[in-house]
Amino acid sequence: MSTVVHEFTDKVPRWSPYVTPVVLGKATPEQLDAMQVTPSNKKISDYVLTLAHDPESLKVRSPLFNAIMYGKSGLSSAERELGATAASVVNRCVYCAAVHASRFNALTKRADVIEEIFAKGLDAELEEHQQAIFDFAAKLSKTPSEANADDIARLADLGLSKVEILDLILSAAIFGWANRLMHTLGEPVRD
Amino acid sequence: MSGPHLIETLSGAGSGLAGVLAERAEILGLSQAAHDAVLLPREPGGIAHAERAALAVRMARANADERLADHYRELLRQAGESPSLLAIADGTAPAADTDTRLRAIIRHVDLVTLAPKDATKADIAALKVAGLSEPDIVRLAELIAFVNYQARVIAGLRLLGAIA
Repeated sequence: MSTVVHEFTDKVPRWSPYVTPVVLGKATPEQLDAMQVTPSNKKISDYVLTLAHDPESLKVRSPLFNAIMYGKSGLSSAERELGATAASVVNRCVYCAAVHASRFNALTKRADVIEEIFAKGLDAELEEHQQAIFDFAAKLSKTPSEANADDIARLADLGLSKVEILDLILSAAIFGWANRLMHTLGEPVRD
Repeated sequence: MSGPHLIETLSGAGSGLAGVLAERAEILGLSQAAHDAVLLPREPGGIAHAERAALAVRMARANADERLADHYRELLRQAGESPSLLAIADGTAPAADTDTRLRAIIRHVDLVTLAPKDATKADIAALKVAGLSEPDIVRLAELIAFVNYQARVIAGLRLLGAIA
């Protein structure tokens, strides 16, 4: 018997879909291609099997997500994860927040930043640099965006280059996408 | 599509950002491909191109982006508009002849655009009751998710382009 996880956590739960995932053995060649199924890669998550219902978008989304979150140069990996976490807090995607908060913790080798964010949400009080990143990503995640010229100026004043700021925009925005899939098409559970 | 990508054009990113955008050209190209995959898919399933365009206009407006809305309004014109689809685009209450399926889609689009945190399992169940297939539920989720991604990239780039 599994229970639904409602509170933010850095211990990654299992994602349980509300729609029936594609059955791997019955997938079309286009779905297999979009899921990047190869003889050496046959372990496909329920999330990817669910998105395989729309192979045209999945095929593009996966490389786009990877380029934004794991691209070389530009904003540090930890700061991209912080942007992703901020969006996931706004959109209350507990699963996404768990994955990306735990990556932030692993990259920075500290737990206090995420503890503060999970305890206080958008009112979290952080060190200046992280605060500016977190606040900008959170404001950009509202509908419509509440980010303004002062927020960008604050990032620039702290020394972020334009490419780094663009990487932050992209990492928050791609979680405006990912959260709207993971939080609406399924739920985090513990078995 | 060739030439400047949509995000670049609509953000009004002038020469000041050309170098920055060139460094992320792969991401802009993939974003354009994602646009085509959700707005103009080869296999639209049960959600027609015109419906997708109308919903995208509505979402662009919810994101307070009239230029993005104009782009989708043009896609709607090309795909074939109707009074019912124009009402969706305008963000007003559904037209009288809007069927149960489309009403459920509109409700879901508004919820997941404006307040995704409030979405629950019951909202997916409601789409099923209204007659959407599971593949169409995933197609709809990708459409909503993409337009909200795109609106944020454009909003951020406009701010970035404005700093010296």
